[in-house]
Amino acid sequence: MSATAPGAALLTTRGLSVRFGGVLAVNDVSFEVRRGEVFTLIGPNGAGKTTVFNLISRIYTPSAGSIVFDGVELTARPAHAIAALGIARTFQNIELFENATVLQNLLIGHHIHRGTGFWSNLFFTPATRRSELAARERAEEVIDLLDLQALRDSFVAGLPYGKRKVVELARALCAEPRLLLLDEPSSGLNVEETEDMAYWIQDIQGELGITVLMVEHDMSLVSRVSDRVLAMNQGEVLALGTPAEVQAHPGVVEAYLGSVDDVSSLRRKAP
Amino acid sequence: MRYIFKTDYEQDIRIVKHGGQAFWYSALGLVLLVAPWWAGEYWLSQLSFVLVYSIAGLGLMVLAGFTGLASIGHAAFLGVGAYVEAYLSARGWPFPLSMALAAALSAAVGVVVGLPALRVKGIYLAIATLAFGFIVEEVLARWESVTKGNAGMTVAAPQLFGAELGSSEAFYFIALATCVGVTLGVINLMRSATGRAFIAIRDSEVSAQSMGIHLAGYKTLAFAVSAAVVGLAGALYAHKLRFISPDQFGILQSIDLLLLVVVGGVGSIHGAFLGAIFLITMPQLIALGKDWLPPAIGQASGLQAVVYGGVLMAFVLFEPMGLYGRWLKVRTWLQLFPFYRRGMFRRQKAFTKSERLK
Repeated sequence: MSATAPGAALLTTRGLSVRFGGVLAVNDVSFEVRRGEVFTLIGPNGAGKTTVFNLISRIYTPSAGSIVFDGVELTARPAHAIAALGIARTFQNIELFENATVLQNLLIGHHIHRGTGFWSNLFFTPATRRSELAARERAEEVIDLLDLQALRDSFVAGLPYGKRKVVELARALCAEPRLLLLDEPSSGLNVEETEDMAYWIQDIQGELGITVLMVEHDMSLVSRVSDRVLAMNQGEVLALGTPAEVQAHPGVVEAYLGSVDDVSSLRRKAP
Repeated sequence: MRYIFKTDYEQDIRIVKHGGQAFWYSALGLVLLVAPWWAGEYWLSQLSFVLVYSIAGLGLMVLAGFTGLASIGHAAFLGVGAYVEAYLSARGWPFPLSMALAAALSAAVGVVVGLPALRVKGIYLAIATLAFGFIVEEVLARWESVTKGNAGMTVAAPQLFGAELGSSEAFYFIALATCVGVTLGVINLMRSATGRAFIAIRDSEVSAQSMGIHLAGYKTLAFAVSAAVVGLAGALYAHKLRFISPDQFGILQSIDLLLLVVVGGVGSIHGAFLGAIFLITMPQLIALGKDWLPPAIGQASGLQAVVYGGVLMAFVLFEPMGLYGRWLKVRTWLQLFPFYRRGMFRRQKAFTKSERLK
């Protein structure tokens, strides 16, 4: 399938922990994402997957531990500096710019490559003009890849859920990232849309050469596109390995379905 | 119906999108250019006021309409601009210089006000700007050595190379040129990365941040730009009225500006102009209406405030996109006749917002 070339680590977390009041949402999580792979976080609700995402994109600050992306310590950087390092993300509950067109959303995704400042923008200098044209060219490539031509000038506020998911993916791609964080790319999508999403994730990895770190619940999608899977439960790492290995891991089965003892305790006792 | 077939990225960033726009905006420009020859003294004065308020409206639009930061203290920037202009004109500064300095100082004050805006949002920001408005009004009243206090100060005519440009025609052209310049500046910002960053902050801060937009930087910038533009309007306002006093820059003026933006259409450049036209013509309409009303109502002192309040409520309830939004609907109705549907502009309900990161 996909190239599983033993690349060097692109993203490494060491002993990552975060505490919200008395809740230890993420506890001592260490993993590394290798260059060029699709790495998936799975786990039951409340396992801390999205929290790990928010730690990487610096929306939250870890209580302990480190996150190193390509030799750069992320915990020392502010949230708005993460995109410029080459990390783009999508959100579980879609955070698009509602009262803007799809194209404008994609252009905002391209913000870090603008190369022009306020004064240049104010007078719309030739530099600004060039940067605007370049941004549109990039946006158009992404529109082509994800089949968004028909929606280019539609307002996001009028789009159905499935399309919004794609627009959000497109916006992240416009940032030309090296690491793409996808937070539940298939949630709320129908079977056909999930199918498309799987192809796109493979394209993003294979053709664009972008490393993907994603959170996903749909196990068929996970086993189809992931090179490695990390299972979490209650903020801790349960298992790490290929999709098949992780799915067979007894701890993972227990986290999802409960242990054999739990089940037997629910059985009606024989009289 | 006009469908623009795009074959070039240039078409996307062009200000004038098609021939129809080119025709109508040239016509408008021509009519405005020759206004001193067709409009009488009275209408020219009204037109000048519309221009001044359009500029102020554009300033507030950048902040409230595009960046999503509501301010109930914007008359303060109008005041700062007006007093700087009055002070410098009295010392014989040429008007382009003094207006530039009025804008710059106003922007500096805007940055100072913008600092708390980085921490507070929504209603709290509104209260903070309200307080700021009162502070500035008070400073203007107390700093008598510069502002002559509550007695107010007279403002000299605009000067250039020793010549006095005291005529109403001269002022009209200065206002027109400033207005065109400011409008082009705002359009340029909004069609480039800076303006899109403003929109991103308005619609979703957490996601703007993840796209690499420095929230604090752009919010401060929005405050500075907004304050500078309103400061320019203030400088023109001072020359127009020829007499300024602190009470002209109080809460009522701020509410007028907010009314202008909401009635015109939040988040559209056209809205600032439509709102300004509304704000200037409304008192005249009310004055006309007074004769038709029974004296008990017609002569009541608070009539204007009641009408303004009613109009504002009506717009918020029935046409949140303001006059410009209404115009878009009328235009679509005309273009599509007879196929217009009532639900065409209805926006879908936003999806699950419960877990949005704040």
